[in-house]
Amino acid sequence: MWDLISNSVYAGLFLSIAIGIIGSLIVINKATSITGSIAHGSFGGIGLGIYLGINILLSTTIFTLILALILSIITIFYKHRADSLIGVIWALGMSVGIIFLSLSPEYNADAISYLFGNILLIEKNDLLIMGIVDIVLIISIIFLYHRFLAMSYDIEFLEIRGINAKLLYTYFLILTSLTIVMSVRAIGIILILALFTIPPLIAEKFTKRFYQMIVLSGILSALFVTGGIALSYYFDLAPTPIIVIIAATGLFLSIWKR
Amino acid sequence: MNAVEVKHLYFKYENEWVLEDINFTLKDKEFMTIIGPNGGGKTTLLRILLGFLKPTKGEVKIYDKSPKENRTLIGYVPQHTNFSLDIPITVFDIVLQGRLQKGKFFYSKKDKEKAIKILKELKIEKFKDRKIKDLSGGQRQKVLIARALVSEPKIVMMDEPTSAIDPKGQKEILDLIENLDITRIVVSHDIKILLRKVDKIAYIHKKAVIHEGPKLNIPKDKHFCEVELIDFLKEDECGI
Repeated sequence: MWDLISNSVYAGLFLSIAIGIIGSLIVINKATSITGSIAHGSFGGIGLGIYLGINILLSTTIFTLILALILSIITIFYKHRADSLIGVIWALGMSVGIIFLSLSPEYNADAISYLFGNILLIEKNDLLIMGIVDIVLIISIIFLYHRFLAMSYDIEFLEIRGINAKLLYTYFLILTSLTIVMSVRAIGIILILALFTIPPLIAEKFTKRFYQMIVLSGILSALFVTGGIALSYYFDLAPTPIIVIIAATGLFLSIWKR
Repeated sequence: MNAVEVKHLYFKYENEWVLEDINFTLKDKEFMTIIGPNGGGKTTLLRILLGFLKPTKGEVKIYDKSPKENRTLIGYVPQHTNFSLDIPITVFDIVLQGRLQKGKFFYSKKDKEKAIKILKELKIEKFKDRKIKDLSGGQRQKVLIARALVSEPKIVMMDEPTSAIDPKGQKEILDLIENLDITRIVVSHDIKILLRKVDKIAYIHKKAVIHEGPKLNIPKDKHFCEVELIDFLKEDECGI
């Protein structure tokens, strides 16, 4: 049995590190809709990759990085209309993906697997990519911890201290994009947002310092993901929805408990 | 060298002039308060002085350079009501942010000692490890003042530092500002600030009426007297 699910458990642990770091940043920066926009918009990159017959990971990475830059410009320079424009990018990315898929000669089941993901089908190559992204995230949070925290609390004060806050925010969205790309095969575009935000939302209630929130949300993600993998394996159900249902139950319990 | 120099400053927002021909200077260690009605341009002026907004016309200098060039000389105190209270962040985390600077990624021992010293001076050291959420409005405002002061600024700019704070807290904050030995610019909606030892009063209602002098010798502006001070001073004290 271990041979069958080992890759998915490792993937779950790699994902948990990413969710601990990027998920916590998404929650405290109130960047949930931006993350949803990048995640759903990334379908454009998937469709493009399938249509052109190129590496889907490469096309999705480039596509989501472009989305991250556009969303950064929107958030910084068009603040008063950011909410609506973020929704437009969300729909635009998905539309591009659907059009490219419909132009593709054959129906591609692979595209559907990106929508819903399947952590039980993760391969060694996927683990390698997850590991690399995790290393980038860990190094980034070690060096930029204080800046990220200041940005989340009061971005203007960071500018007053002579630090380029706009560049830092763009870097945060680039990290978010990379994390989405590494997670898409395992969790799927549609449910990424839930898994990125639920563990940090719970952790936020029980921690006093930001690094504690990162660690606790990482631990919670690991519990939810491995629990979900075990249940989906035994009951032969799709893993991602089970993981999300466990996590959402945890969130409701935490609200009820407080 | 003047601490602040504003010459023929104009600012237009969506085809409407918000500020017109503002002129004033402020010397080192002087205390200036910017007062005026809501929507009169007080906050706009402050944001221009901080370098967040660019004037449509005119010149602004902070210690002889543009606000952006000399930003690190500024200690900025925003309103405590502007921020999310859900972030897991302690008082100490916030105060230390005043020690952030370009090219530096970690706080030194000296940074932490300075933060503790300021917390002691402001009598909020006992809240050091508390979550910001667990403090009162007045205490939160003091934390933001501590964050500005820990950077050892030459000039501090504050936006409505006494808003949404109880009277005791307001007095403590005004005492604190009054006794600071650096240049101070305080935007306030609270007219009681005029009872303090201010060196200059800028009454902003599109055009600035700058007044220099002791506390109750207030600007001779009709709108100012009729609208702003109606419950504060007797008519004959208004000087018009």
